[in-house]
Amino acid sequence: MNSGQSALTLVLTADPALIAIVKLSLTVSLAAVAVAAVIGIPFGALIALTRFPGRSGVIVVLNAMMGLPPVVVGLAVYLLLSRSGPLGNLGILFTPQAMIVAQAVLVTPIIAALTRQTIEDLWSEYREEFAAMDVGPVRRVLTLISDAKFSLVTALLAGFGRAAAEVGAIIIVGGNIEGFTRTMTTAIALETSKGDLPLAVGLGMVLMTIVVIVNSLAFAARRAGEMRAGS
Amino acid sequence: MRAPSSDLPIKFQNVTLRARGVVILDAIYASFRAGKPSVLIGPNGAGKSTLLRAAMGLVAPDDGRITWGGRENAPPDRRAIMFQRPVMLRRSAAGNLRFALAAAGIARTRHEERVHQLLALVGLQGLGDRPARRMSGGEQQRLALARALAREPEILFLDEPAASLDPAATKALEDTIRQVARSGVTVILSTHDLAQARRIGGEIIFMNRGRIVETGDADAFFIHPETDAARRFIAGELLT
Ligand SMILES: Nc1ncnc2c1ncn2[C@@H]1O[C@H](COP(=O)(O)OP(=O)(O)O)[C@@H](O)[C@H]1O
Ligand SMILES: [Mg+2]
Repeated sequence: MNSGQSALTLVLTADPALIAIVKLSLTVSLAAVAVAAVIGIPFGALIALTRFPGRSGVIVVLNAMMGLPPVVVGLAVYLLLSRSGPLGNLGILFTPQAMIVAQAVLVTPIIAALTRQTIEDLWSEYREEFAAMDVGPVRRVLTLISDAKFSLVTALLAGFGRAAAEVGAIIIVGGNIEGFTRTMTTAIALETSKGDLPLAVGLGMVLMTIVVIVNSLAFAARRAGEMRAGS
Repeated sequence: MRAPSSDLPIKFQNVTLRARGVVILDAIYASFRAGKPSVLIGPNGAGKSTLLRAAMGLVAPDDGRITWGGRENAPPDRRAIMFQRPVMLRRSAAGNLRFALAAAGIARTRHEERVHQLLALVGLQGLGDRPARRMSGGEQQRLALARALAREPEILFLDEPAASLDPAATKALEDTIRQVARSGVTVILSTHDLAQARRIGGEIIFMNRGRIVETGDADAFFIHPETDAARRFIAGELLT
């Protein structure tokens, strides 16, 4: 049996070990995106709508942080969470929580930077009408976020794609412990280096499928929403 | 709801406005009173849009002062403006009107009734559910007029209200503007279209290069312009 066929068997028989790995991967990445959204969307909107000294610098740094190397983030979070680190007494190193923290650090700049750009563009389009209608600050922010929601979904997807695909950060802070912190990407890395290609290929197929499905659903939702709102 | 005192007259006293060092409004004196429409005319770049924005309170003068009913810093509660290229929010036609009603602090219980009235006033009845940004240019212009009127203004500024419309749509819009003016709203509009200025009538304010060159009653102005610039503009010779 070649590795492709055995991989397919693993997937089709819903191998319990494989299911657990998929579940953990999704849980970690979705939780990380949720945390990143809660921080990144308001932060991005705030930068878009305020003027302060050093603002351009903040934007440049934020945009640069979209490309943070996962291993560097992993290392930084490791140092933070390790027993002697500032957050060491949380005791979450080598747990899924640590992986969520690391991926959230990785994804927050992506969501914040894309939100900043989106909201700022919409703001320059709406600014005069808002002034003419004497719209208060709270209503302005809520309207901008609401009218930008389809672009913001795309920003969340970009974040999810980044989180689901990365291995460098979570392998460092999660430790790739079987049945506990092993995800699709860390398992692929490990199994490939061990030479267990069927499991690696099977996981690769599942990962690709999930990413394609998530993006298709979001694309369809965006299309439908835009038709109704008339963007 | 509505502020008790009037924003009229709007007075410009020696108002100068610059952008990047270039003078856009040059020592303007003007007074807009209740009653018949005021029509700003003049070639492109004369400063008509800037003057309307200043009168709305959207830009502050660099020199001189603007007062509304004798007050400086009067909030725009009783004023509304329709821009030359209105921007519709990403929602339905009715949604755009509801937004303006809410922003103007009009009680939610009155919204549906007002949306209905406003759509009917501008001839868009039955189109409330359309995505506003998918409507035609003429429909969006009429919706923008309804959105401005949602504020129940005492003064309505209209910046080139029919600049991109065909003759039939222009006529429909002008009919609505006349109806609004008759209902007691003070209309102040700008146009570079002489025929439109004649049709609207009222007080003509002729601008050129950031200055008010001549003012006068529409009938008198078009028959006996006093300045050489106004004569040339009416003859179609003054382009900038
Ligand atoms: N924000 C701005 N920055 C630079 N120039 C401006 C700005 N706003 C207007 N202008 C210039 O001021 C002049 C008058 O503009 P405007 O009031 O739009 O004239 P009009 O409406 O009569 O065509 C134009 O030459 C225009 O280019
Ligand atoms: Mg103009």
